[in-house]
Amino acid sequence: MEHFFSLFIRSIFVDNMIFAFFLGMCSYLAVSKNVKTALGLGVAVIFVQLITLPVNYLLQTKVLGPNCLVEGVDLSFLSFILFIAVIAGIVQLVEMVVEKFSPSLYASLGIFLPLIAVNCAIMGGSLFMQQRVEMDPASTQAIACFGDSIAFALGSGIGWMLAIVCLAAIREKLEYSDVPGPLKGVGITFITVGLMSMAFMCFSGLAL
Amino acid sequence: MANKNKEIFGQPVWVNNPVVVQILGICSALAVTAQLKPAIVMGLSVTVIVALANVVVSLLRKTIPNRIRIIVQLVVVAALVTIVSEVLKAFAYDVSVQLSVYIGLIITNCILMGRLEAFAMQNGPKESLLDGIGNGLGYAAILIIVAFVRELLGSGTLFGFQVIPQWCYEHGYLNNGMMLMSPMALILVGCIIWVHRAQFKDLQEK
Repeated sequence: MEHFFSLFIRSIFVDNMIFAFFLGMCSYLAVSKNVKTALGLGVAVIFVQLITLPVNYLLQTKVLGPNCLVEGVDLSFLSFILFIAVIAGIVQLVEMVVEKFSPSLYASLGIFLPLIAVNCAIMGGSLFMQQRVEMDPASTQAIACFGDSIAFALGSGIGWMLAIVCLAAIREKLEYSDVPGPLKGVGITFITVGLMSMAFMCFSGLAL
Repeated sequence: MANKNKEIFGQPVWVNNPVVVQILGICSALAVTAQLKPAIVMGLSVTVIVALANVVVSLLRKTIPNRIRIIVQLVVVAALVTIVSEVLKAFAYDVSVQLSVYIGLIITNCILMGRLEAFAMQNGPKESLLDGIGNGLGYAAILIIVAFVRELLGSGTLFGFQVIPQWCYEHGYLNNGMMLMSPMALILVGCIIWVHRAQFKDLQEK
């Protein structure tokens, strides 16, 4: 249980998807112009991450890993294709389910869902999970059981949402500031994210 | 026709660069640039994958049903990335360890999906090949610029060889460790965008 919480907190602050690994930057920069849409995309990412990562964890440990399906066969070279297929499939499924049962949620999340299939944070989460499954179980980053994969999914999703909401809040204020012409828009956003990332680095000493 | 092909190939390298103009494929552009060697390997891998994926999708473009085109494109890209990743593991193992998950993340690199959607679905295989190589090289160019600055200032080396002479260190010169950390990559890309937009004024945002 202790490991569950430490993994959860670490993946929000220390191993933050945006600030430590730059994952999901494309939609991060494109959809952070105002807080409301940023929040919508953030929630959608948490949602999809929470479903795909545990599914991919089961896939990795029950099918792809060494000696899982057939004795002496390691299928992990197939992981890229299977992971992306799972992600694309689940995103499609989630989109249909949400549309059917909650039209109001669909109206607010709808446009973001297809974007998420190609969001690096989702694919990156699954690939990091694959790396961490092989780690020594005593390590603070290891994912040793199904519960850990849920903690990691939830933590990395919340970390991503935290990052995009923070940036959106700053960008709303930036609208009114006097920025040099060529730096306006994307340029200053990059530098802002750099400074935010520097601030987040102070969490890296966090011992959990 | 020859002129048009030249434009398809040449535009993305600097004028219409996928990273600094279209802001695509940032994730891996930032993460692998602490040193020159992995940056060059990454740039070349992406170039090869964009070029081949563009050709394959452009050949298939009339047979792909519109509704499932994203999944078809993803599968084509994932297959190519798997091949590249296996080749790297076989011939350049230490670099492939350094690149870790970022090779797998080429699948979700927005440059790929962007080029496949915007170009390969409408154009023939020959133009698509040129477009793919051009965009891949444009991406590689930014990676190399960022990695050059970061490795030079961050560890005083290029390709792992020391370039800043020893007497500088003896007189109190210090490597800037900050350069090796992730925030500086973002700030450097911000600066490249600044230079680029100062040169092409029509890209500036109001």
